[in-house]
Amino acid sequence: MASRAAPTAQSPPVPGGLTREQLLDIYRYLRLTRTLEERLVALYRQSKVIGGLFRSLGQEGESVASAYALDRGPNRDILSPLIRNLGSMLVMGAQPIQILRQYMAKAESPTRGRELNVHFNDLERGYLGQISHLGDMVPVMAGIALTFKLRGERRVGLVYIGDGATSTGTFHEGLNFAAVQRVPLVVIAEYNRWAYSTPPEKQFAVKDLAEKAKGYGIPGMTVDGNDVLAVYEATRSAVERARAGDGVHLIEVKTYRRKGHAEHDDQHYVPKDELDWWAKENDPVDRYAKRLRQSEWVEERELQAIDGQAKAEIDQATDACVDEPLPPGASALAGVYAGPPALPPHWYRSL
Amino acid sequence: MAEVTYLEALRQGLWEEMERDPSVFILGEDVGAYGGAFKVTEGFTKRFGEERVIDTPISEAAIVGAAAGAAHMGMRPVAEMQFIDFISCAYDMLTNYVATARYRAGLATPIVVRGPCGGYVRGGPFHSQNPEAAFFHTPGLKIVYPATARDAKGLIKASIRDDDPVIYLEHKWLYRRIKEQLPEGEDLLTPIGEARVAREGKDLSIVTYGATVWKSLEAAEQLAKDDGVSVEVLDLRTLLPMDDTAIMRTVEKTNKVLIVHEDTRTGGVAGEIAARINEQAFAWLDGPIMRVTAHDVPLPYAPTLEDFVLPQTEDIVKAARWLAAY
Repeated sequence: MASRAAPTAQSPPVPGGLTREQLLDIYRYLRLTRTLEERLVALYRQSKVIGGLFRSLGQEGESVASAYALDRGPNRDILSPLIRNLGSMLVMGAQPIQILRQYMAKAESPTRGRELNVHFNDLERGYLGQISHLGDMVPVMAGIALTFKLRGERRVGLVYIGDGATSTGTFHEGLNFAAVQRVPLVVIAEYNRWAYSTPPEKQFAVKDLAEKAKGYGIPGMTVDGNDVLAVYEATRSAVERARAGDGVHLIEVKTYRRKGHAEHDDQHYVPKDELDWWAKENDPVDRYAKRLRQSEWVEERELQAIDGQAKAEIDQATDACVDEPLPPGASALAGVYAGPPALPPHWYRSL
Repeated sequence: MAEVTYLEALRQGLWEEMERDPSVFILGEDVGAYGGAFKVTEGFTKRFGEERVIDTPISEAAIVGAAAGAAHMGMRPVAEMQFIDFISCAYDMLTNYVATARYRAGLATPIVVRGPCGGYVRGGPFHSQNPEAAFFHTPGLKIVYPATARDAKGLIKASIRDDDPVIYLEHKWLYRRIKEQLPEGEDLLTPIGEARVAREGKDLSIVTYGATVWKSLEAAEQLAKDDGVSVEVLDLRTLLPMDDTAIMRTVEKTNKVLIVHEDTRTGGVAGEIAARINEQAFAWLDGPIMRVTAHDVPLPYAPTLEDFVLPQTEDIVKAARWLAAY
């Protein structure tokens, strides 16, 4: 089959030791992320999405590539995604239908309608959902990585942090603790230019987030976050060092948030030409596809086939859950504690 | 049987749980080689090693957050707050992350956060606090507050074995003041959620917890002697979940209730207890539900000021006498 043809003698070596199948796999996750988010926009406009909608448009590359550098499979590495790391969750094995159900608050969603969007987890598959208090996942992931160290397991934790969230106290406390304990943790610091509407120069006085690593005595580096293979290689190398016992590593990925904080945000604070430039000249999915084609690692029709499959997969997932019911109200009273089973409704409910 | 202090009982409970279960470990400030500010963990590093008795940076949010992460992975961390006053630095982590984890995400977070609390020790505003009301309002947490050596041991062991996050409040005024004969070689457990009748009585009930259990017992003794008033003292032991059954039982028995706590008044636990009695046992009351608490000020340092602000035995005697005569 043509799609399985070996690369031609002229094509440059594939970086990071990735196989052709893996290159296509990465492309599949990029396309799946974007297609899923586009579907969510449609559902949002139809008022099927209950709360806000958060896009990762323009920064899918670093999410997918960094997660792809982890060891995946039951009880392997664990990452903690943020609201714009949908791609990383798909890489770890989250299913599009779970995300659709979460956004639509369905009874069958992973949190049974209790939490929003990508705030859910599957520790066996390797992802721990965030809470909205930015920075808090850094100490929590430090504790998970500490457990790997205490048990002598060769596993690694990876935590994402936005440029704005590096201003929080929990980021500092968690990173410092992790560094002192030399736990196997990789921090992906996402410089995406906007923390809601606040630019980096109003968040911190360093130029690059990687500079902050110095203060913790850990290695820090800056990578072009929209260069998928560069992010993969940098993360892979940091993950390997962390796994070998070399402690915490920080990788800053320079990228750009091309949508507002959430779908309601009209981005009036963003220079229009800046937005256009990133869309036209520095889209991570376009760049990756172009590189795959130009290097003749894959064929155009293979990419097109993946595009079609992604759309079909999202169509199918949407059809399967869009008409599902919301959870029954009284189900809200169970599960605050391990036991007893549920609280009784208040007395006036039975009057 | 051997006579042990409240502090030693707590220490024994921690030690036994670490011997019993390799997933139990301790983290906190100066808990390792130094043995903790009050020496609760003295000798632990020698027995269990640095990996299970972790000295941390001064970072309460990281201590609690890392404990939560480890607990998700099946560990049973015990996080020490050097003084419980500093638990407010981890308030976000406890109330937003830890307390909600099971409900929102199905994540088990069996951690214990413990630390010395309470006044009567001239500690001033930041080494004397009783933080229970700040957490009492948060579904998902449990709060225990032992008053006796037996419960100091029984509750730390039960807290470590509990599958939900537990805030364990230990009163530093009781650390070396209270001594009790405890059986040796016995797995001493105090069930979480069960109050204890500390003194039987028939004329009036005092519902209390922590150090004021002892002040209430003193007051009860004095009232029996001087006034011939028979006071029942209920030691709650667990604040969350609260033992409504035990509270209503004593209200139905004596028909008058005085709630005593060391914490400040407004928004304090006593208000919640009064509301529950009102809802569940109104018809049994022969008098108003009254409170003896600290005054609503930060706890001052000078002995004259601290003594004035905190509830004293004499305050309890006066209030109970007034209520008995109602």
